[in-house]
Amino acid sequence: MRKILIFSLLAAIAAPAAAQSALDPAGIEAEQVLADAAEDEVLTGTVTDDSAWADLGIAIPAFATDREQATAANASGTTALGLELSRVVFNDLRNNGLFRPAGPDGLPRPTYSQITAPAWSNWANRSAEMLVQGYVRAGADGRLTVGCYLYDVALQSELVREGWIVQPSEWRRAAHKCSDLVYSRLSGESPFFDSRIAYIAETGPKNNRIKRLAIMDSDGANHRFITGGQSTALSPRYSPDYTKIAYLSYTDGNPRIYIYDIATERQVLVTQSTNPTFAPRWSPDGRNILYSMAIGGNTDIYMVPASGGTPRRLTDSPGIDVGGSFSPDGSRIVFESDRSGEQQVYVMNADGTGQRRLTFFGGRAGTPEWSPRGDQIAITYIAGNFRIGVMGTDGRGLRLLTDAWHDEAPTWAPNGRIIQFFRTEQGSGNTAIYQVDLTGENERRLATPVGASDPAWGPVLP
Amino acid sequence: MNKYLIAATLMGAIALTGCKKNLPEVATLPRDVATPTPTPMPTTPTVRPGPAAGTQAHFATAMSGADTIYFDTDRFNIDGEDAAALRRQAEYMVQYPNARATVEGHADERGTRDYNLALGERRANSAKNYLVSLGVSESRLRTLSQGEERPAAMGSDENAWARNRRAVTVMITN
Repeated sequence: MRKILIFSLLAAIAAPAAAQSALDPAGIEAEQVLADAAEDEVLTGTVTDDSAWADLGIAIPAFATDREQATAANASGTTALGLELSRVVFNDLRNNGLFRPAGPDGLPRPTYSQITAPAWSNWANRSAEMLVQGYVRAGADGRLTVGCYLYDVALQSELVREGWIVQPSEWRRAAHKCSDLVYSRLSGESPFFDSRIAYIAETGPKNNRIKRLAIMDSDGANHRFITGGQSTALSPRYSPDYTKIAYLSYTDGNPRIYIYDIATERQVLVTQSTNPTFAPRWSPDGRNILYSMAIGGNTDIYMVPASGGTPRRLTDSPGIDVGGSFSPDGSRIVFESDRSGEQQVYVMNADGTGQRRLTFFGGRAGTPEWSPRGDQIAITYIAGNFRIGVMGTDGRGLRLLTDAWHDEAPTWAPNGRIIQFFRTEQGSGNTAIYQVDLTGENERRLATPVGASDPAWGPVLP
Repeated sequence: MNKYLIAATLMGAIALTGCKKNLPEVATLPRDVATPTPTPMPTTPTVRPGPAAGTQAHFATAMSGADTIYFDTDRFNIDGEDAAALRRQAEYMVQYPNARATVEGHADERGTRDYNLALGERRANSAKNYLVSLGVSESRLRTLSQGEERPAAMGSDENAWARNRRAVTVMITN
């Protein structure tokens, strides 16, 4: 995974800044002052919608460029790319129900020098409290420099700025970094836009469905099929560093977990066994993989070093013990078991000790996923219909976020504020990935080229 | 002659590799697993020979439905009806000692995916263990969980789900 180079905009924006020599120290000063002032407007509610910042109007005009240049990022140069960058930021915020963003297509287009010195009169009467401006420059080496600035229109001052140097092929990541900067600064939450999703693409009739491993950016862009569909692929999970994907494949006729290396396009079995293995999960540090293995019909949970080695059996109940999700510190594992006679959620220490049941409500509970923030566990709640719910790590306070015929398999956004899952349509069995915030209010379907299931959201990219 | 030979060979290939249950009643080329040399082709195929013993087509015909047993939601126990079907399967396996089979376990769509994989495996093993208890050598049986991935009935109702919670015994022909 290529790291994005983050730099201080103080130097990079030297060209426009030269016209206003006071900018650099003033910028630093202003940021300090506003960090204090901002505490009034940044609420730390537990759910997205409760926060006052959700109503903030944000104007996002086209990013400017210092001079029109050809770039490998698109076919039409940096001026057009600047427009695309701002559209990505706009769509990130709009599609996730964050703030009240206004996109570039109905807004005046700032000049390059206005990026650091906004034409305030243009923005004062647009019911936008915030202004996001940016620029893009193509360097001699082909790389792109993208700057992102967030301004408070009423105060006529800068809240935060950051810049990134990216390869042309990764230009969208700079836009996602800008979205993350704006979102984090205004909400007080951790970023999540610059992240990726692995999932299963579905085509064909219900009784002969073709299931392929696929990946995409968090906004659905850069979509790519990994497997060809000759054999069924299921339940992918990105490694925390995005270099590998653990997933189930029937490639040799039997369900087996493979570790697929994205760079080399090679894959290896998670463990050398003739027994079926399924439900792979990475430890937060990427060093271990949890998986489930059935021996003589009895399924238990095992852990094996990701680099190979001797698996360790963590459960030994005669029931089905399956799945599993680590707490963010890696010390505990939440999993599902039907040892009580039906699917319920259990927790254990990472070495398998201290197993105890967490869920004691009417209905069944499966596919537990520990929030990256550590404070909640998402589940599939089964009582008639299948719904996505969240509860405390003590199993109490279940809240159902969705209400459809069959919603299944929650996966957390890297900041623990949004959950993706897949929804199956009654009858056709067609599937689609949805996401919902923790209020349950903001639910939307993700655009994918074909049917989609088993989403797995990875961490924020380095 | 050539045309018949090609057609017969193709059908044989289908019978050997592609088909599981619900095989269409086509003229499949007889081919005994015990004697893999091809049967000489009749020049005029007026008599359509039945499938050879030990093939999936032969087994499915002989079972006429008893190749599949059904389960209640989330259950994997063998009830009286299942036992009768498995006895017929075991008798077949005893009668054709070269036959080998895969027991495929399935779940209905009203479960979570990973749990259904485990459940399919449990159902397949339940059926397999019963066959072993009836005298079929364990080495002749393997299991395969299809989870909820390969429903037999397409609907989303109780009737369809009941038909999909199943273990199907399929001959291995090679």
